[in-house]
Amino acid sequence: MNIQQSEKYTLPSGEEIEKEVLLPPDLTVLKSRIKEVIGVLSDFTIKREEGRDRVEYLEQLRKDLCTYYSYNDFLMEAFMETFPLGELIEFLEANETPRPMTIRTNTLKTRRRDLAQALINRGVNLDPIGKWSKVGLVIYNSQVPVGATPEYLAGHYILQGASSFLPVMALAPQEGDKVLDMSAAPGGKTSHIAALMKNTGMLFANDANPDRAKAVVGNLHRLGVTNAVVMTYDGKILPKMSRGYNRVLLDAPCSGSGVISKDPSAKTSKDSKDIARCSHLQKELILAAIDCADEGGYIVYSTCSVLVQENEWVVDYALKKRHVKVVETGLDFGRDGFPRFQKLVFHPSVKLCKRFYPHTHNMDGFFVAKLKKISNNIPSAAPEVEEEVAEEKNSDDSDEETVKSKRMKRKKGKANGSLNKKTGPKITKNGTDAKDDKVNGVAKKGSAIVKKKMGKQQKKVLNNKMKGPKKLRK
Amino acid sequence: MRPLTDEETKIFFEKLTKYIGENVRLLIDRPDGAYCFRLHRDRVFYISEKLLKHAVSIDRDHLMSIGTCFGKFTKTRKFRLHITALDYLAPYAQYKIWLKPTAEQQFVYGNHIMKSGLGRISDSTAKYQGVVVYNMADIPLGFGVAAKATSECRHAEPMAIVCFHQADVGEYIRAEDTLVG
Repeated sequence: MNIQQSEKYTLPSGEEIEKEVLLPPDLTVLKSRIKEVIGVLSDFTIKREEGRDRVEYLEQLRKDLCTYYSYNDFLMEAFMETFPLGELIEFLEANETPRPMTIRTNTLKTRRRDLAQALINRGVNLDPIGKWSKVGLVIYNSQVPVGATPEYLAGHYILQGASSFLPVMALAPQEGDKVLDMSAAPGGKTSHIAALMKNTGMLFANDANPDRAKAVVGNLHRLGVTNAVVMTYDGKILPKMSRGYNRVLLDAPCSGSGVISKDPSAKTSKDSKDIARCSHLQKELILAAIDCADEGGYIVYSTCSVLVQENEWVVDYALKKRHVKVVETGLDFGRDGFPRFQKLVFHPSVKLCKRFYPHTHNMDGFFVAKLKKISNNIPSAAPEVEEEVAEEKNSDDSDEETVKSKRMKRKKGKANGSLNKKTGPKITKNGTDAKDDKVNGVAKKGSAIVKKKMGKQQKKVLNNKMKGPKKLRK
Repeated sequence: MRPLTDEETKIFFEKLTKYIGENVRLLIDRPDGAYCFRLHRDRVFYISEKLLKHAVSIDRDHLMSIGTCFGKFTKTRKFRLHITALDYLAPYAQYKIWLKPTAEQQFVYGNHIMKSGLGRISDSTAKYQGVVVYNMADIPLGFGVAAKATSECRHAEPMAIVCFHQADVGEYIRAEDTLVG
């Protein structure tokens, strides 16, 4: 054992912190401190300073991360709850770099090979998006504006994030189906559905905002979709209008915590109220979506958020309120949904949902769940209401509640351990298998991949280290 | 949403005939099911009757678009074809103009076509005949009216206009708001 390893890192004292607040933040100091604190947290029993507990370290880490990456406290805390620490940094780093530009071939008008050739002739440098999609292309650089080539204007392709392919692939619309897209703007996913149906059947695109619905109309016409109706109802009243859809896509409005690289304003503009508001709206919309579907029909719920409140929680809510079950999405990559999160325990089938992250798949943070409607019966609501209230209480941050739930958690400690082990190797597997990620995510260019591999190995080490102590929490 | 009146039908089909001639018939007698034209907020939409049946319950205020929009009636009750009709005009077009790659850009920015940008033109195009405009890769880019007959084009100066611009695919970006709705 050499000396450096045994040397202990000391947290700054209260005075030092006060001094620091007055000065402009020194990024190099912050960065090294973040690194040190994570190092300590990953091997806490040995590396900790006497008399300091985990909460203090975490508190310091959170503050530093907030300053370094300029997030607000709330969102950083939410991310720290969602990701293990090693992954958290990767996630935050990934949020600083933009995702590659991707386009989707409009199979109603052309083929991917022809389109790729046409664009290469215009001086665009591109590649297929990956093995999982037959219609996607990723654009590295271009001498012409990709959003204004004659091919674009003629509707041969549409600019669309890689993650936006996923809900439609999960929905898997068949020719002749009657499909509803509940929040359609700007029409990327809608036109993808139409392309998969080959312009047969019926497609109803809805968006509550008439101005944004104009974009849907424009895109659908440009891409040559002829079987679509565009309407501007509030999603919540759609079940009163018409029912009996074979498939319903709900790409719900969300906080956008998965697309921070696209919209950095989300870093500071969200607080717990915003998330609660989103979550509430999403719950209303998912019930409306289920009500619109036919018996035996499928519903795909997706968001561009990584927060559990907007994802698993909403799906779990739907499972309680309607006669539906979660089914396989049909996407063969992505992480599994969280069957439990902190003090919340969801229905075990929530595991079948898929999560996508910027740092593992090089696409926007995304969540996809596929539900199958079993019957139109609505389960009696009485017991659920009680549970709902209990959950609401739990989510309040009153001290008593937290303490109680913590105690409960401790009791469950052993059981949780086994669960952690379950998810643990899964993550490590993903980590080591860089090849797998490269195939499944959006292809990255040369040096970037090497860098990524290194990151993965480091992460694996970190993960293994972190398996030792209990899961990190306040 | 309602069917077109007799007068509207006459004006509308007269306009269509300028571009696709007798092929107008093919839009109505289709082997793959019954299609019809419907008027909604002064705009004419082309829809399959099956889809129409399912969409009747949507009220006027909340319906943005149904099927394909062909164009709109102006306040003076003339009919104006929109670029959105291109998908149905292009396959049936009788007279066509092909653009040189250098002139593509100018046309999709809304300019008339000069002789210098003219790549090819259908034989025996008459003056003021409706034409569909393609690029050399046969991608339809819009439509317009021939300013000169084919024979006149041969002797025209390079800067002379050979085709008046009416609609081009650039409008999907320039005028998305006014296109429909």
